Amino acid sequence: MLDVRDLRKFYPGEAGPVPVLRGIDLSLGPGETLALTGESGSGKSTLLHLIGGLDHPDGGSIELDGIDVTALDDAGRAALRRRTVGVIFQQFNLIPSLDVARNIAFQAKLAGQHDADWTTELAARLGLSDHLHKYPEQLSGGQQQRVAIGRTLAARPRLVLADEPTGNLDEETGAAVLGLMLRLVEETGAALLTVTHSDRLAARMGRRLHLRHGRIAR
Amino acid sequence: MIGAALGALLSHWTRRPFQLLTLVIGLATATALWSGVQAINAQARQSYADAANRLGEADLPVIEARGGGDLAQARFIALRRAGWQVAPIIEGQLASGDTAILLIGIDPLSMPPGRLPGGAGFGAEPGAGLDADFLAPPGVLLTGPETASQLEGALPVPVRAAEGMAEGRAYADIGIAQRLLNRPGRIDRMLVTGPGSLGAPSLERIAPDLAQRRPSGEDDALGRLTDSFHLNLTAFGLLAFAVGLFIVRGAIGLAFEQRRPVFRTLRALGVSRNALLGLLAAELAALALVSGAAGMGLGYLLAGLLLPDVAATLRGLYGAQVEGALSIRPAWWLAGLAIALAGTALAAAGSFWQVARLPLLAPAQPRAWALASRKLLRGQQLAALALAAAAIALALWGSGLIAGFALLGAALLAAALLLPSILQGALALGARTARGVVQDWFWADTRQQVPGLSLALMALLLALSANIGVGTMVSSFRLTFTGWLDQRLAAELYVTAPDAETAARMREYLAPRTGAILPIVQAEARIDGQPGAIYGVADHATYRRNWPLLGSVPGVWDRIAAGGSVLINEQLSRRAGLVPGDKIDLPGGRFNIAGIYSDYGNPAPQVMMGLTRFESEFPEVPQLRFALRVPPEAAADLARALRAQFGLGDDAVVDQAAVKALSLAIFERTFTVTAALNVLTLSVAGLAILTSLLTLGTMRLPQLAPVWSLGLTRARLARLELTRAILLAAITFLAAVPTGLLLAWVLLSIINVEAFGWRLPMHVFPGDWLRLGVLSLLAAALASLWPSIRIARTPPSDLLKVFANER
Repeated sequence: MLDVRDLRKFYPGEAGPVPVLRGIDLSLGPGETLALTGESGSGKSTLLHLIGGLDHPDGGSIELDGIDVTALDDAGRAALRRRTVGVIFQQFNLIPSLDVARNIAFQAKLAGQHDADWTTELAARLGLSDHLHKYPEQLSGGQQQRVAIGRTLAARPRLVLADEPTGNLDEETGAAVLGLMLRLVEETGAALLTVTHSDRLAARMGRRLHLRHGRIAR
Repeated sequence: MIGAALGALLSHWTRRPFQLLTLVIGLATATALWSGVQAINAQARQSYADAANRLGEADLPVIEARGGGDLAQARFIALRRAGWQVAPIIEGQLASGDTAILLIGIDPLSMPPGRLPGGAGFGAEPGAGLDADFLAPPGVLLTGPETASQLEGALPVPVRAAEGMAEGRAYADIGIAQRLLNRPGRIDRMLVTGPGSLGAPSLERIAPDLAQRRPSGEDDALGRLTDSFHLNLTAFGLLAFAVGLFIVRGAIGLAFEQRRPVFRTLRALGVSRNALLGLLAAELAALALVSGAAGMGLGYLLAGLLLPDVAATLRGLYGAQVEGALSIRPAWWLAGLAIALAGTALAAAGSFWQVARLPLLAPAQPRAWALASRKLLRGQQLAALALAAAAIALALWGSGLIAGFALLGAALLAAALLLPSILQGALALGARTARGVVQDWFWADTRQQVPGLSLALMALLLALSANIGVGTMVSSFRLTFTGWLDQRLAAELYVTAPDAETAARMREYLAPRTGAILPIVQAEARIDGQPGAIYGVADHATYRRNWPLLGSVPGVWDRIAAGGSVLINEQLSRRAGLVPGDKIDLPGGRFNIAGIYSDYGNPAPQVMMGLTRFESEFPEVPQLRFALRVPPEAAADLARALRAQFGLGDDAVVDQAAVKALSLAIFERTFTVTAALNVLTLSVAGLAILTSLLTLGTMRLPQLAPVWSLGLTRARLARLELTRAILLAAITFLAAVPTGLLLAWVLLSIINVEAFGWRLPMHVFPGDWLRLGVLSLLAAALASLWPSIRIARTPPSDLLKVFANER
């Protein structure tokens, strides 16, 4: 489903381009879960952004469901993010002016795949039924991240990309949120690629890749 | 996708209805002020066009005397016999009581079909179906219904209202008009109504003293004279629109800043850049159309309220008749909505540019309104310098009214752009006086607020400058005008006889009872190619001592009395570039210019010649009006005696005080519209401050919470907030004083000269500034009262959220 080959990325530096990714190869099948770990600056988030079509690589290829992501223009990548990929951010990135119910349904509606029953069920499974008419500023961090997960899964993406999904939460809340996310992802049959610093989180994923200085270490 | 994304964008406004209201009010107010002024201008221009096109003068060639002046009717007959298709016209002012109309005499038999004044009495074919009443004595005056009712029974000729006729103008058969205007056998010009017969000799051959003027709609004298007045109004409308746009810019800028995270999220979730920009454009266009429509409604109401004053001004200044009722024109609505859209596009252009360039992975926290604005400040300084340089260049080398207004715009915009730097500088100086940590924080925090409030403060600067500038102009004008009236209206009584016989008896009666009887005689003539007037002036000490001369040759009054020299008004001098010592062609020959006199309230050219010479050049003009010199204490008794002796009405005998009061009343009314626009502009600026403070209020919590946590009470923070608004308004006011004086100078020395033809000395009125200063501080205090109260009432739990990770 996901096939990444020799992926390279540079950032401009004072003394010339600084390599962030130096030839990454990875693949992921439907329903698989993969943790990307590594120190700060190892290139984890950059890799996630490239796979999600949020950024351009400087070399290599990314194939997602047979589509060459690197060959897509802005509109093509936008369509990919709407329909195929769902991204869960560390900072939640909810729409502050929409209430919980509308935030959860938001991406599904963008993708033209809104299913009211599924959205309601998701909200209930995420423990948000009593908060549907609240706005993000009225929620705790854990609740906001559950809304973000709901928003992503409501669109039934083929691939879920999660960037430090519990990084902003305390350990107990993080563990609960992670458990929920894994269960729901498994039920939807989506593949999951998670960037994390946490060994405990990584241990709960099917596979684990460690990045060091822009390369896969093991 | 479109619906969901648009819903997310629009939800910002439903969560922040006040911000939406700010945007709508700003845009509606700006559109209202602009479109209101445009409606007034369009209505006035339509009235002129209706009047000018009534006889087709805008598109038919005209034959007139080469040196100006009128013609003998025999010239018309001679041209007709030579094969020329011409129609004679005579026109002149006809006064009756309070009403003065322009009487136009025509020959319906020689006018082509379709060129005759519309309405009763005329058929489609020349000469066919003509109302016998129109041609046969005593004749009929055809005019608009309103004028007809004003003139009813006041003239020796029946007056008939005709639908579609312009008010303030009346048409009569040429013979009847000649009699009413006391100009038997004279005409003013001839319309060339068709091609001449084959073999008709050229005009140069048979009448070298006559000239043919090509038709031109823009040659319409009334339109030309009033253009400057309308340009003034347009400039004020534009200024008010610009001030309103500052609110719009502020509201849009803030909304875009607050939605930066939403934009990034939308992009991350699959909305392409173009789709996002398209949706934002659609959102703003919809808001602009709704606000613009509301503004058009307000503008229509505003125009309806102001139109009577504008009509009175145009009547008083130019004798132009403008209908009092406003008509709705589709073009006006379309133009108003277009200006609302254009204004919104202009106000949103910067924000759009930022969104278009917003990197998908950039930190998306709201930047609290460009707090890192050093670069912006530098850009503003450079733009201000460029505009100031342009203003100086325009002052040195520009000419014409448009250049004058461009100079005005460049200078005002330069001052507005420089304001943030001035505020930062003043606050930095203030910070040096800080004693204690709270004052330290106060000055630093105030400086931090400048970028967020700068647009509103710029709007305040523009409004205050306009107030000071226009106020200085009007007050200078008033001071000069009253002094000028004292000089010009030196005689104690002014009397008008109904006819020549009464006038002769009156002179006999007055001779032993007055110090002097000074005839006031006037003939209409084309001077320097424009309609104007020639006055006859008696050789008397009243003129020698009092007449307001701006420049003259030695022995000016002796030269005038001798008959070979004339005085010209300032307007004519400036327009034609004539100075004392030059020569001017007038009916009757070439005259030396002995002096120039100031002549406010009249844009038309005017000439004064010695009475004896006038009588020989214009023997047909009867002497019906006189200025009387009597001891002031005897004036009232003599006026009463004159009325009783000759059966004169109140209007026929007027004392100096009454004339002055009337003139001043006309003067004051002239500036009613300007004053109204001034007040409205200042109100809009006050609104801009209020809305800026309120919308920024939510961003203040993270800045105020730490200070509150360190021991400052909410009440004290609120008081400091109030002080801050007053302080910023005070600095803005201080910057507005020199800007306003610069504006006044441009208005008095450049715009007025270009627009009206006269230059006025500038006087300063610090008392007025003080009043305006207090008013602006009060407005700022009032505007910040509510936001301050909100700070004082902020629950501690809201302040605590700032420190919690959950906010």
